[in-house]
Amino acid sequence: MRELVLTRHNELIDPLVRVWGWEIPVYLFLGGWVAGMMILVGYFLLRGRNREDTCVCSVLPGTSVVLLSLGMGALFLDLEHKLYVWRLYTTFEVTSPMSWGAWILLLVYPALAAAFALRPPGILRDLFPAVDRLSRRLDTPVGVRGIAAANLVLGISLGIYTGILLSALGARPFWNSAILGPLFLVSGLSSAAAFGHMVARHHEERELLARSDNVFLAIELFVVALFLVGLLSSSQAHVAAARLVLGGPFTASFWVLVVGAGIVIPLMIQLLAVTHRIAHTRVGPLLVMAGGLALRFVIVAVGQVSHWAKV
Amino acid sequence: MARYGMVIDTRKCVGCTDCVVACKTENQVPEGLNRDWIADDLTGSFPTVHLEIRTERCNHCDNPPCVACCPTGASHVDPFGAIVLVTPEMCIGCKACLASCPYDARFVHPDGYADKCTFCIHRVKDGLDPACVSVCPTHCMTFGDLDDPNSEVNRQLASRPPHALMPAAGTEPRIFYLT
Ligand code: SF4
Ligand code: SF4
Repeated sequence: MRELVLTRHNELIDPLVRVWGWEIPVYLFLGGWVAGMMILVGYFLLRGRNREDTCVCSVLPGTSVVLLSLGMGALFLDLEHKLYVWRLYTTFEVTSPMSWGAWILLLVYPALAAAFALRPPGILRDLFPAVDRLSRRLDTPVGVRGIAAANLVLGISLGIYTGILLSALGARPFWNSAILGPLFLVSGLSSAAAFGHMVARHHEERELLARSDNVFLAIELFVVALFLVGLLSSSQAHVAAARLVLGGPFTASFWVLVVGAGIVIPLMIQLLAVTHRIAHTRVGPLLVMAGGLALRFVIVAVGQVSHWAKV
Repeated sequence: MARYGMVIDTRKCVGCTDCVVACKTENQVPEGLNRDWIADDLTGSFPTVHLEIRTERCNHCDNPPCVACCPTGASHVDPFGAIVLVTPEMCIGCKACLASCPYDARFVHPDGYADKCTFCIHRVKDGLDPACVSVCPTHCMTFGDLDDPNSEVNRQLASRPPHALMPAAGTEPRIFYLT
């Protein structure tokens, strides 16, 4: 038997760590979603789909800028020393994933803006002739390939970074898995494909996005399994951390919200849709996105509770 | 260059919390928050029980994850004695360092920056012991340079088998407990 009593009761720390509330999961979700959309934009641009009037790649960059700004807003709300936020950009700390993220985000905006400028809304072209000129200048084979490559590379970096941000914090065994980067990346891709599936106007594109979303969801399921197996085959602290979702207090939220409602059910719905047994509806994509958000909430919450044996 | 650390004799510590009060007074630690604290660690089953009473604080780790994860460089290892410190004017209050410390030794100061034990660097620079060490009525704590083979901390470390907290976390703490 072991009984450990501390005279300490620091806010946000005792009795259990809860330094991050809703802001960080929302930021991680929106960051991952935008990362997925950048990868899709890169893919569609490389395929030359931007020539099509109805291509979803003309909707995603603008939406991404809005979502990313909301995510950064949530991150800002979480900061306790807000007036000093500019300190992020007075240094680059190579060992700090948060510092990498701050600089990656700074590059993401121009890449998205360039993709947006390839097909700006007509009203913007009419109002601002400079936008029209910029659009024409960028819309060359080299320009489009460059923008596609930038979106692909930065999208992958952003998606992986949202996972590394947590996995680098070795004090919390539940987060301490290199699989978290790929997990958040593939989850971001599935949210992006789900969103594309909802807003695509072209039938072929909708089918393609639904099919690719199914692939992403299947991969996500596999990566979730790998993540748990990785924890279970590691140290005692990691095994104890995995047990938090395998019989522990977070079992229901993890298996019902994240895996069940967020991956398995939408995968089944979308499999039926792409095999033309049911019509495409918004139910599947909405569940995928809600599952992506639940994944971040659950992982952030479980990680804060997990700890090393206090010896 | 010194590398400051502490050795704490758990057979002498009675958990009186004088060190806690001294730290709060010396460093004006805000109400409800603590830079140091007492842990009562009871193991075994009656009648074979073992009670270790420890005074705990930031371990000023040799491999500090709180410094590695800080995006602004606010958390740093000070050249003076390798003491781990936070520069409040550089801290954005992102709380990554709070999440990265396996000992939960940090907290957010009401003014918004990350805060924790400083080994009373202002006193040590004046040749004094940290406040907690100087007030302990049982003299259970010894502070000094771990790199100096003739220092009192090293003599204490050689006297009985020491243990550090959570060695598996890999932070290489510089506070040692004699059991
Ligand atoms: S005890 Fe925690 S706050 Fe102190 S140096 Fe080690 S990791 Fe950092
Ligand atoms: S809270 Fe402050 S000291 Fe801690 S990691 Fe963030 S910026 Fe660095």
